[in-house]
Amino acid sequence: MALSREQVAMRVAQELKDGYYVNLGIGIPTLVANFVPAGIEVMLQSENGLLGMGPYPNEDQVDADMINAGKETVTAATGAAIFNSAESFAMIRGGHVDLTVLGAFEVDQQGNIASWMIPKKLIKGMGGAMDLVAGAQNIIVTMTHASKHGDSKLLEACTLPLTGVNCVKKIVTDLAVLEVKDGAFYLLERAPNVSVDEIISKTAGKLIVEGDIPEMQFTD
Amino acid sequence: MAGFDKVVTSYAEAMEGIKDGDTIIAGGFGLCGIPEGLINEIKRKQTKELTVVSNNCGVDDFGLGILLHDRQIKKIVASYVGENALFEQQLLDGIIDVELTPQGTLAEKMRAGGAGIPGFYTATGYGTPVAEGKEVKEFNGRPYILEESITGEFAIIKAWKADRYGNLVFRHTAMNFNPMAATAGKMTVVEVEEIVEPGELQPSEIHTPGIYVNRVIKGNFEKRIERVTTSK
Repeated sequence: MALSREQVAMRVAQELKDGYYVNLGIGIPTLVANFVPAGIEVMLQSENGLLGMGPYPNEDQVDADMINAGKETVTAATGAAIFNSAESFAMIRGGHVDLTVLGAFEVDQQGNIASWMIPKKLIKGMGGAMDLVAGAQNIIVTMTHASKHGDSKLLEACTLPLTGVNCVKKIVTDLAVLEVKDGAFYLLERAPNVSVDEIISKTAGKLIVEGDIPEMQFTD
Repeated sequence: MAGFDKVVTSYAEAMEGIKDGDTIIAGGFGLCGIPEGLINEIKRKQTKELTVVSNNCGVDDFGLGILLHDRQIKKIVASYVGENALFEQQLLDGIIDVELTPQGTLAEKMRAGGAGIPGFYTATGYGTPVAEGKEVKEFNGRPYILEESITGEFAIIKAWKADRYGNLVFRHTAMNFNPMAATAGKMTVVEVEEIVEPGELQPSEIHTPGIYVNRVIKGNFEKRIERVTTSK
């Protein structure tokens, strides 16, 4: 069965390592913060200028001067730092952020990502996404494997305007975990009770399937 | 005004000298840390043909969005304009021109502009529509694009506190683009919540030194929140 949004976030959270500085995009990536494995510490970076993002505030703690990059009210975690936008993107562009997790419309087998613009339909802007994909040491993309109409989002070449080139290393979809290398998608894991055949049929780009593909493991 | 005293007492004085066709660099992220009263004054003055450089363009009825009502903005340089229906309509109608700019590149354009650096190379945007028409240069085998810095006739800034000399302190994430924007204006105007006497701010705690600041005004702020999110 295809994973829920929460399960995709849970699987991504397994990629977190102790001491990681992590930037989480809007949508499913934001949920990853809820599933940080026990016993490890990560610090969340919000590109509007906060390193060490805490949970949402209580009603009486709400402060208009304390928001995240999604313009939601948040709190600062213990040990947080606040800084200006140039400093924030210095740490992003300079490769100091260990992991970026973000959503996408399309990813292709060269590791290119399209996530910000659908011509004549959606012109909102790229925000910080282009800086994040150009600068992060490691990028995980979360998305549904195929559109509602069944069109694959894992392509030979992206069709939409790009956010960045040759940057995506790993993809967690509702069906699979894949690595992107050497111009192909490598199937690493499949969602519980999802067949390799289904993943093959919904992957338009070059897909490498080597040996038995294990099911994702979720432990609570 | 005498010596280094930058304080003005009316919005008319604060925005005196702004003219049609000017480039205005504005601090703020969404509606957080925006100079509300200075924006209102630009609307009151009906200055037209403006180029506005800001991460966002406010919402329909608040922040920079109110300058769209009377078509005061000719062009906007921003990273994200998704919260504003009127903006989208004016863009589709060809009334307004937009230069979508990656957020980190926008911050660096302001920083470099204020620091006397005319351009810089960045990997951000390489291979995307942002790179169209821009010089590409390889460093250590990786391609980078040349981005030019930005300065403006006016910078409009929101800070938490200023002393009379224009030394600024920002509060929490209302800092955002404000410190860079403050350096990039030929005339930098700052609207603050509190004005204190020189010496009341600790020298080592000042975020923006007064040398960048021309005028300071005490404002009244609504501080609207775009998305109130709370934990139960």
